[in-house]
Amino acid sequence: MTDVVVTDALEEVAPPSGRHGAAAWASWFARRIGLAVLTLWLVSILVYVATSSLGNPVKAILGRDYLADKARAAQLTSQLNLDEPLVTRYLHWLGGLFTGDLGTSIASQRPVSELIGSNVVNTLVLVLVSAIVMIPVAFGIAMLSANYRRRRPDTVIQTILLTLAGLPEFVIGILLVAVFSTTVFHLLPAVTLVAAGGHPWDQPKAMVLPVATLVLAVAPYVSRIVRSTLLEVLDSDYVELARLKGIPERVVMRKHALLNALVPGIQVIALQLAWLAGGVVVVETLYNYPGVGFQLVDSVRNHDVSMVQALSMIIAAIYVLVNLIADVLSILLTPRARTAISS
Amino acid sequence: MTAVSEPTPGPSPAPAPAEKSTLRRALDQKRFTVGLTITAIIVLLAVFGPLLAPHGQNEVVGPTFSSKGLFGTDYLGQDVLTRLLYGGRVILLISLFATLLGMVLGVLIGVVAAYAGGWWDEVIMRLNDVTLAFPQILLSLVVLTAVNQPRAWIIIILVGISHAPRVARLARGVALGIVSRDFVYAAEALGERRSRVILAEVLPNMSAPLLAEAGLRLTYSIGLVAALGFLGFSTDPNAANWGQMINENRLGLTIQTWAVLAPVLIIGLFTVGTNLMADGVAQVAQRGGGSE
Amino acid sequence: MSATVSSDRERAGTGIAVQNLRIGLTARPGVDVVDDIDLVLKPGEVVGLVGESGSGKTTVGTALLGYTRAGALIEKGKVLFEDKDVLGLPWQQVRQLRGEEIAYVPQDPAAALNPSIRIGKQIVELLELRGIGTPASRLQGARDGLAEVGLPNDDEFLRRYSHQLSGGQVQRVALAMAFLPKPKVLVLDEPTTGLDVTTQGMVLQTMGELCRSHGVAALYVTHDLAVISNIADRVAVMYAGQIAELGPRETIFGQPTHPYTRALLDSIPHLSQARALTGIPGRTPAPGARPDGCRFHDRCSYAIDECSAGVPELREVAPDHLVRCIRSEQIGHWDISRGTVPDSDPNQHREPILTLGDLKVFYGHTEVVHGVSFEVGKAEVVALVGESGSGKTTISRCVGGLHKEWTGSITFEGNELGKGSRSRSASDRKRVQYIFQNPYLSLNPRLTIEQIVRRPMELFGLASGKEATDRVVALLDQVALGPAVLRYQASRLSGGERQRVAIARALAAEPDLLVCDEITSALDVSVQGSIVALLEDLRQTRGISMLFVTHNLALVRSIASRVQILNAGNVVESGFVVDVMDRPQQEYTQRLLANSPRID
Repeated sequence: MTDVVVTDALEEVAPPSGRHGAAAWASWFARRIGLAVLTLWLVSILVYVATSSLGNPVKAILGRDYLADKARAAQLTSQLNLDEPLVTRYLHWLGGLFTGDLGTSIASQRPVSELIGSNVVNTLVLVLVSAIVMIPVAFGIAMLSANYRRRRPDTVIQTILLTLAGLPEFVIGILLVAVFSTTVFHLLPAVTLVAAGGHPWDQPKAMVLPVATLVLAVAPYVSRIVRSTLLEVLDSDYVELARLKGIPERVVMRKHALLNALVPGIQVIALQLAWLAGGVVVVETLYNYPGVGFQLVDSVRNHDVSMVQALSMIIAAIYVLVNLIADVLSILLTPRARTAISS
Repeated sequence: MTAVSEPTPGPSPAPAPAEKSTLRRALDQKRFTVGLTITAIIVLLAVFGPLLAPHGQNEVVGPTFSSKGLFGTDYLGQDVLTRLLYGGRVILLISLFATLLGMVLGVLIGVVAAYAGGWWDEVIMRLNDVTLAFPQILLSLVVLTAVNQPRAWIIIILVGISHAPRVARLARGVALGIVSRDFVYAAEALGERRSRVILAEVLPNMSAPLLAEAGLRLTYSIGLVAALGFLGFSTDPNAANWGQMINENRLGLTIQTWAVLAPVLIIGLFTVGTNLMADGVAQVAQRGGGSE
Repeated sequence: MSATVSSDRERAGTGIAVQNLRIGLTARPGVDVVDDIDLVLKPGEVVGLVGESGSGKTTVGTALLGYTRAGALIEKGKVLFEDKDVLGLPWQQVRQLRGEEIAYVPQDPAAALNPSIRIGKQIVELLELRGIGTPASRLQGARDGLAEVGLPNDDEFLRRYSHQLSGGQVQRVALAMAFLPKPKVLVLDEPTTGLDVTTQGMVLQTMGELCRSHGVAALYVTHDLAVISNIADRVAVMYAGQIAELGPRETIFGQPTHPYTRALLDSIPHLSQARALTGIPGRTPAPGARPDGCRFHDRCSYAIDECSAGVPELREVAPDHLVRCIRSEQIGHWDISRGTVPDSDPNQHREPILTLGDLKVFYGHTEVVHGVSFEVGKAEVVALVGESGSGKTTISRCVGGLHKEWTGSITFEGNELGKGSRSRSASDRKRVQYIFQNPYLSLNPRLTIEQIVRRPMELFGLASGKEATDRVVALLDQVALGPAVLRYQASRLSGGERQRVAIARALAAEPDLLVCDEITSALDVSVQGSIVALLEDLRQTRGISMLFVTHNLALVRSIASRVQILNAGNVVESGFVVDVMDRPQQEYTQRLLANSPRID
């Protein structure tokens, strides 16, 4: 609803000023962090309620013994503080989260924080290595495909990607195992064996299949999205003008198209990285990879409530963090959004 | 302004795109028909499989991990082919209902948020973001911690609910593009009831993208339900179930590959089929599901 | 700058010539998009290429740069530039010509400037790539260019992104960018679409001065005859892929000879006098659906049998005046004042039906309309006129019940209207009907035309069953649509036809007041003419009152009896159309009138 007056030239847009800009950035960033914290807090409620009040954990742990072994039931109930009201229990648990006290594992009777420390690192390494492999692969395929748009090589690539995108990660994983370690070739280990105190990457060969599975599960999707954004950008008016201005095609691709296709690419990568946080559950179980996913499935089987709570909070935190980084990156790379904040 | 880029007006030359339903136009797509064929075959196999099975699903027909029969025997010596024919129904039914639940819930949340706008929209979508911070399989696992033996309906609800926020986000996006169109304002100005505006004006214009989303959600449902089986969380430990079959026979992968590969391949084919269908519909939806 | 201007004159080329150009569709061989195009642009001359949507004018424009959009290909013909055929050159050389010799100014510069490259960088990008000049000289060139188009040229401005500029500024940046490499030929593709008249006036003036002072041969592609009549030296009128008439501006507007040119001119409203506007029956045929023989014969009121027999040649009927019509000698002379009608009489009796009292409208906490009061009489058309952001559409949305945040009063036949449509009685909702600007958005694409038009009858209990269907047929007939469209969905109709359906839907409620929000601005002029004729007929036969929102002052003269001129949410001047337009009192109104392009 701004009004265009004839002598408009100068005063239409207030120039963003440096100092004001910095303050605006700080406040935007604070808001964004606040939002992330709020999300995590709501997640914590969800996790706590889902694990400890929807069903009866004690009954689940003891199974048929629940009615028979009254003493054990009572002991578990008090260890899980189930005799206290839900809100008190939750607040107690939340307080523990802040002080680093994640509770005690029911299965092993050891502090949760002690049990999961190295697994968190292992999972982060797995996700990070997968991302480092996946991003250039996905972008490369997308650019190759966009270059051949709607011609034979593009169609072939797209068909392959579409097929891969439909496969659940455990299907991909087992097929890889069958081909590379058990049935066809015997090149790579099918499971990750880690000596006590060691790390999975001590034997790099053992990392190959888990990483390959995650990359194959995620890259097709990312690649397809990046390709379609690239095509959209290549059809835009400003790319047409750049061509009509006489700019060589490779400069058009590099400076005009790729720059504008990057932001949607980052967002989809973030979404997929976050999705990897869930994907590791299946992949780690498949390869016995000692990460949080493997541990989570094990804990769920054992109805180890405290472990599940801690591990799912960690996975949700990874997700929120990745999203936060992606948001900041997209804003920094989009001039319109950037100037909207600083002015 | 180029004549080329304009759609051919006039009833004469070719039937205008909007005259054909989304499904009819999807059928013109090769990937859709291929996907449909694969899906149909596997659904038929899953539904009528038990009638064709040579043995009972818990009948021991030979030694463990032997090569007796088409796909050999499994870890208990049960016939893999038989269990394969029995094991689809559960996955199919649970996936279908979970998809249905997720779609209904998600569309409801998304469209209401888009149509109501403002404060409502803000709250609904903020809560939605929270559930999005949860990888889908995680939600099921967290709840299953406190459950001893999951029933089918629990898995349906868990998978369905984990779809809902994702569907809602898409539905809201699509609906936002429609509720701001003038024909919705026109209905408002006439004083149409809100429910009628949603049902008669907004929803029909969302059918193509929603159909594509349903296909995608079905693909994910199958993957999730099978993955839960693979992780050892199935409704009945004795009954055959493709996902669980993989878990049961994993240790025998080197000796009796088919006991694992057969269920893996059939799940893979199934999801590839539904995904191809979904993408076929999505292609149609993208070319303007009769809305432009 | 004077030194460079004279050296530019010396540099000025020999212009550019299009010969026998034909562009077809890759997917449908034998179907042409444009055909038989011959056009010469001389240095320092602006040639206007005018046509309605689907005429192929943009296709011709970009062909000068050896470019076609995907799906089209140049089948034959030459584009001669300095003894070279642009279409025959290897693509590396074509690219070398683009920008430096033949430049292009895009239709929608807001979309055509790269959103993530600063404008200072974008302006000099080409020079930089070609290694022309030094960084300092390029920067100076950009600064001079921006000054030439009347924009600031300090560092802060050069560091902006395109979204930090207004529409007029973006357009002038595009002009400066095109002029910087000092091209000899310039193709401008509707560069002022969507700009307000005052901004448009400035851009056009700048462009004309630059072309003449730099000795550039310019092709100005547009649908707007009024703009053409203000800036072009010569005019080519395109219809269905061919040039129908070509001649000096005075000839085209003074003695138009092709029946299509005449019909177009008849559908354009004048600023100086009210006219009974007419449209052209039928619709512009798309490539592949064009009739044999003269492509206009099926819509031409002068057509005889021979017109469908063979394709007419573009003949010279007078020096420099070419016409593609075999009957040009027989159809007599044309008079610009044809269709003139007396302005509506200021002294006739008025009975108010709608009264706005001290209307203030808000978006959130921002007040955008600051206390507006006026009346609409029975069977009277009141125009709300203003530039974008003046609040004209906002006021109309309040009247239509589509915007709720307002204070003051809107009184309809003595009773106060509620704020939103949901707080109004069924009778109020029925009697006030709103028609939207864009007919491509206002009809539900999933419903048939019958469902759309009969819905108000069912909702208000006016008719049902067979009776309703009969009424729908009668209404469609009234808006000049046949019963065949009943089962169609909106996507099968053209823009003009869709707007007729929207009018029929409004009429189905049997309203007493129509609120028309820029209802012709998305349509071609010939379609606008017929819609205006239809509205005038409805006013006379049904006694419907109208609140007519528009930015087009000339249109106001032909349709309204009273006018409210709005600026920034205030009424700056109001009264009878004749008074306001012939004797404007306010400076703002005078400026609007002065900047409005006119053909009379």
